[in-house]
Amino acid sequence: MEPLALYLHWPFCASKCPYCDFNSHVREGGVDHARFRAALRRELAHEAARLGRRPLASIFFGGGTPSLMEPETVAALIADARAHFDAAPDMEVTLEANPTSVETDKLRAFAQAGVNRASLGVQSLDAEALRFLGRQHDAPHAVAALEKARAIFPRLSFDLIYARPGQEEAAWRAELRQALALAADHLSLYQLTIEPGTRFFTEHARGAFALPAEDDAARMYEATAEEAARHGLAAYEVSNYAKPGAESRHNLAYWRYGDYLGIGPGAHQRVLAEGEMHAIRRHRAPEEWAARVEQHGHGAVESTTLTPAERGREAMLMGLRLAEGVDPARVEARAGLAFARIVDAAMLTALLEEGYLEWVEGRLVATIEGRVRLDALLPVLLR
Amino acid sequence: MIQAPPDRAPMTDTPLNRIRNFSIVAHIDHGKSTLADRLIQSTGTVALRDMKEQMLDSMDIERERGITIKAQTVRIHYKAQDGETYVLNLMDTPGHVDFAYEVSRSLAACEGSLLVVDASQGVEAQTLANVYQAIDANHEIVPVLNKIDLPAAEPERVKQQIEDVIGLDASQAVEISAKTGLNIEGVLEAIVTRLPPPTGDAKAPTKALLVDSWYDSYLGVVILVRIKDGHLRKGQKIRMMSNGATYTVDQVGVFTPKMVPVDSLGPGEMGYLTAAMKTVADTSVGDTITDDRNPAAEALPGFKDSIPVVWCGLYPVDADDFDKLRDALGKLRLNDSSFHYEQETSLALGLGYRCGFLGLLHLEIIQERLSREFNLELIATAPSVVYKLRMNSGEVEELHNPADMPDPTRIAAIEEPWIKATVFVPDEHLGAILTLCNERRGQQVELTYVGTRAMAVYRLPLNEVVFDFYDRLKSVSRGYASFDYVMDGYAESDLVKISILVNNEPVDALSFMAHRSAADKRGRQICEKLKELIPRQLFKIPIQAAIGGRVIARETISALSKDVTAKCYGGDISRKRKLLDKQKEGKKKMRQFGKVEIPQSAFIAALKMDA
Ligand SMILES: Nc1nc2c(ncn2[C@@H]2O[C@H](COP(=O)(O)OP(=O)(O)OP(=O)(O)O)[C@@H](O)[C@H]2O)c(=O)[nH]1
Ligand SMILES: C[S@@+](CC[C@H](N)C(=O)[O-])C[C@H]1O[C@@H](n2cnc3c(N)ncnc32)[C@H](O)[C@@H]1O
Ligand code: SF4
Ligand SMILES: [Mg+2]
Repeated sequence: MEPLALYLHWPFCASKCPYCDFNSHVREGGVDHARFRAALRRELAHEAARLGRRPLASIFFGGGTPSLMEPETVAALIADARAHFDAAPDMEVTLEANPTSVETDKLRAFAQAGVNRASLGVQSLDAEALRFLGRQHDAPHAVAALEKARAIFPRLSFDLIYARPGQEEAAWRAELRQALALAADHLSLYQLTIEPGTRFFTEHARGAFALPAEDDAARMYEATAEEAARHGLAAYEVSNYAKPGAESRHNLAYWRYGDYLGIGPGAHQRVLAEGEMHAIRRHRAPEEWAARVEQHGHGAVESTTLTPAERGREAMLMGLRLAEGVDPARVEARAGLAFARIVDAAMLTALLEEGYLEWVEGRLVATIEGRVRLDALLPVLLR
Repeated sequence: MIQAPPDRAPMTDTPLNRIRNFSIVAHIDHGKSTLADRLIQSTGTVALRDMKEQMLDSMDIERERGITIKAQTVRIHYKAQDGETYVLNLMDTPGHVDFAYEVSRSLAACEGSLLVVDASQGVEAQTLANVYQAIDANHEIVPVLNKIDLPAAEPERVKQQIEDVIGLDASQAVEISAKTGLNIEGVLEAIVTRLPPPTGDAKAPTKALLVDSWYDSYLGVVILVRIKDGHLRKGQKIRMMSNGATYTVDQVGVFTPKMVPVDSLGPGEMGYLTAAMKTVADTSVGDTITDDRNPAAEALPGFKDSIPVVWCGLYPVDADDFDKLRDALGKLRLNDSSFHYEQETSLALGLGYRCGFLGLLHLEIIQERLSREFNLELIATAPSVVYKLRMNSGEVEELHNPADMPDPTRIAAIEEPWIKATVFVPDEHLGAILTLCNERRGQQVELTYVGTRAMAVYRLPLNEVVFDFYDRLKSVSRGYASFDYVMDGYAESDLVKISILVNNEPVDALSFMAHRSAADKRGRQICEKLKELIPRQLFKIPIQAAIGGRVIARETISALSKDVTAKCYGGDISRKRKLLDKQKEGKKKMRQFGKVEIPQSAFIAALKMDA
């Protein structure tokens, strides 16, 4: 049976970063931890009751800033999950942490609660860039946090944002090399994107700053893979790099279009049951979500059944982001639709000929050339 | 136009000698429409509070561009110095050469013309063209010197010019300022005393000239008529003399300029009628309308057919709009008989119409009216003139669309249309104008001076003129040159068809004809332009210009270097899928060339470019 991945969303941050469009909120007056702990536990119990016992492969505390949670909340949720489901013996439990000192001090407590993998939001090792990104920490903080986390967690990842305004390829290579030397087994390297509704969106529209040109960003992207590879980290997904075996199992569940529960404000969920893919989206406003959970046991605002065509497209658009590509048989099984009705045969041939796609041991894989053009490739390939 | 109650008791049976029908003609912007305003205003036809500038330019497009496109008629009452009240039917006409057909029809409905000349500019190309048309129509002509309020006005010099260039007696020219209203009374008196009244027989069988027609959303088809003999009455059974079709008149009326119904229209009068006519075919301008039971013996001479000189294809961006386009063309054609259309199919663009126009401004205006008045999104193909192909078989074929060009080995010779162009230009810009004409394969016919202005007459291939000649003329003369032309026969020429290939497939909508000497340059220009316009895609896209199988220019659009968001999506797959769905939706607005897609907008922009 398809194992479950469990995502838990903590929607609060100490401050709002100007580039971020994640469901994150700042509460000056403080957060009612007891209330949100209870609501998260209740919604989890609600979903678990509907699903029945299933194997559980991973848990991911994302945000917002989950490192602002009280460790007992984390402990209670992990314990609940183990009680509701059949946890794999080596279950991966990740928590996103921001590298400020307050949060770093809690790392050991999180480990004791059952977290075995940390993902640190380092974002940059450059003082100027951290200021531009509106972060609460500086570079020495980040390095200290990484060192501390490495001592505590068996597995460690961190995030960096590059292709920032004015950033040159050489400077990025240097920054990345420095990061790679900090010896994590996994890195998420994202290019800065300008998202509607953020402060950067308005500033960018006003011309306050400009992103690197498309071609320069493309070169930085190639440089990234090169530097990572030199340190033994392979680009196993468009923006994720790992030593063999250190890939994020939780995120792989998304990319392989597996079943995942999404608990907490704004969380998304996809579960295939009796041949139907149920998609759930929860209320984004934390207090409103909590009130709904308190009243109905859950905070879902949208609950739909995806059509086979939609499932096919989702499976492909996630799967082709991976270096391993997609197994047509699995796509068919997850979509409930023949592969031939998901992809356009003529375009598939053209894209294979052009070297953007290839068949590798029965799997359809986007080559490097294909993967860097995925957003243009998908609408051409998919029916 | 919305019907309103009559402003005054309709007077219909006006004695002929109390009627004056006249057109206002002039070069562009010399002030025809402004003068019409003043005439309307000073005779109290429209209440002062309802006046607005150039009030007869009623289409949005006319008001925005500040030009007249459609001739307009107004009936005014004037109490003259002789104590009598006269009915004056004035027709404001467009000045631009592309709308000369509007002028000629107006002239046919009148006995006299006011020739307006801007006293600061003097005689210009269209002054000449229009006055010759008025002379041909046997009009009595009253010269009016306008804009004498301007410091640069030189009425004496301009009078001299009118005599020298046109050969018209200008000693009695009326000096006015249409803007300030100076001496409008002088114009009105000249109309009454110097222009002839119409002739006609009230007792003869009805005979009326169909001058114009248009579609009104309240009234349906409306017809502008000039009564020659007899009467037109509400309820009368009328017959169209060209095809024998009969109708019962619903309404007759006059323009105040609002449409006001009257009981009948008598000889010499101008007005409108409605009669439940449905289609374009029911009304052809120049037709004679008569009484069905008591028909006239002979039809009026009618109008010369207008011959389109520029053709292009018009295609709906959304193929589902084809029927809407057909209806819209029908309605526009009703309002503009100088515009022609026939159905055609293009590989690149689907089902559409090949349309003929009197010039590029005409083309532009029709296109804009289609999109505004009918809410149609259109693509126009490259404009082309009409070529004559002398085939080896001895037959002569007309080529309206370069895409239809037969195998050149079957063609003995190609002839292209020429024009005789008259350019008026101040001395200091003459050199630039002569260079321009020579670049365009022009042959000088005449070069004369009138004071400090030169008049250059050139023979030019129309092909060289339709694209951007007018814009270039204006720019090299800093706006001081004026231009007019008449068709001047066909001549054999070394012409080639240039095909444009995108991803090795010919794009029929982009093919065009050019003189062999200009082919390479034009081919290169369009390839470069397309390279700029077509966004990079997954595949390299070769763009070529070719004459037959020989490539004369080539560009390559390189493949997209990167297009993926290295971003954290988490479990929110819906958002990513919706983005993809939107991209797929956007592809419907693309034209497929093998594996390559070209956005509609790139075609439109390429076709708009100045060749
Ligand atoms: N100073 C001055 N300007 C005038 C006078 N008469 C007209 N104009 C201006 O000249 C411009 C053109 O006037 P129109 O009345 O639109 O000219 P038109 O001859 O009808 O132009 P088309 O219909 O496009 O051929 C406008 O800006 C008028 O305000 C005048 O007596 N004096
Ligand atoms: C859920 S978010 C944030 C986790 C955590 N609160 C933090 O800030 O470190 C996960 C990652 O997405 C990346 N990210 C968020 N917004 C981004 C943007 N506009 N452009 C590029 N990367 C972005 C950041 O690297 C961030 O660490
Ligand atoms: S980037 Fe992280 S810390 Fe910053 S607002 Fe977003 S979720 Fe919060
Ligand atoms: Mg006008």
